[in-house]
Amino acid sequence: METFGVWIAAILTLFIFSFLYKENPFYRFAEHLLVGVSAGYIIPYTYYNVFVPYAWNPIINKHEYILILPAIIGVFYIFRFSRKLSWLSRYPIAFSMGIVGMYVPLTMQANVLVQMRSAMLPLTNINTILIFIGTVSILLYFFFSKAHKGLYGKFTSIGIWFMMIGFGSAFGYTVMARISLLIGRIQFLLKDWLHLMK
Amino acid sequence: MKRQLPLIIVIGLGFLFVIHVFVPHPISQDFFDWFQKWIKVISPFALSLGIMSLTTVHYHKIKKKAPNWPYSYVTLIGLYVTALTGFIWGIEEGTPFMWIFRNLNVPMGATMFSLLAFYIASAAYKAFRARNLEATVLLIAAVIVMLGRVSIGNAISHWIPDATIWLLNVPNLAAQRGIGLGVGLGMVATSLKIILGIERSYLGGGD
Repeated sequence: METFGVWIAAILTLFIFSFLYKENPFYRFAEHLLVGVSAGYIIPYTYYNVFVPYAWNPIINKHEYILILPAIIGVFYIFRFSRKLSWLSRYPIAFSMGIVGMYVPLTMQANVLVQMRSAMLPLTNINTILIFIGTVSILLYFFFSKAHKGLYGKFTSIGIWFMMIGFGSAFGYTVMARISLLIGRIQFLLKDWLHLMK
Repeated sequence: MKRQLPLIIVIGLGFLFVIHVFVPHPISQDFFDWFQKWIKVISPFALSLGIMSLTTVHYHKIKKKAPNWPYSYVTLIGLYVTALTGFIWGIEEGTPFMWIFRNLNVPMGATMFSLLAFYIASAAYKAFRARNLEATVLLIAAVIVMLGRVSIGNAISHWIPDATIWLLNVPNLAAQRGIGLGVGLGMVATSLKIILGIERSYLGGGD
């Protein structure tokens, strides 16, 4: 069964790599299969890890019958596709959106205040000065209430340079992560499938 | 009332959660625990939306014989066979469900993402060809970061790993901080719009 699995994995890997030549039926087959299998994986995973411990067990085994109420509200999600009853699907969505209230103080704390505190360092060396200039120029670049002209425009253009370096670093890391995956797939084909590597 | 009552729930819960963060009273904590219990029961049902949507899209493609419709069978078979194996044999190690996960899902997902390595390389080449100063800065930063993180970078020059560390800790930090502050303020503004009832698009259309 393990050898069969390796063969299936290898064939599907080659199907996807065939896209490098051009789009073809083999690639389309693997692409559609990936979508189906990925979605199919989530269903039992959610059932066993979320539905059973938090809904089924408390209601059936612990007799917490009050939880039938949120379960009914949850079922209302499926009415999203009904023209007459789609309004019912707003209730589970409303309950899910309520948590957004917590985001106001927590995001303000984690994303804004902590970052601002970290940015307010004594400007004692060239690096802290550069970080300060970069942060301020980027923030001003995203301030659209004033036209980016003259001295203000020149200062905001410094922000673009900082952002390009930031994007470049992220790009570099992304390339490395993708190449690492590619090496992994080639190793799988040569080692596990063809046994050409030890 | 079809729109107003859900809106009242969002506004009410929204303000109660703002209060909960600032007032760690036992009543407030009990309310938060109650809500967590309820939301854990409600949330798995959201999955039904995605499954129904995927099934409907592919069912209609097959029914209308839209371009590439035979592949919709592949998606639907993959979807329901994987789900059924999980329900029949469970999701523990050694089950057919995990066999599908290990031999279909993982290799296909990894290969799909590894394809991006080729397209990222061609995108970098196009950026270089554009002879745009900003794009060149991006590319140079990317090359330095890539070389600085592998042993060949150090073999070329010991300045490359040092330059990588400086790039990551100084200009990159400024960029991440500036963008992060913008994102944070955007999240706060959007959250406020939701709990104040200004943003209502999540309620959908209709009455």
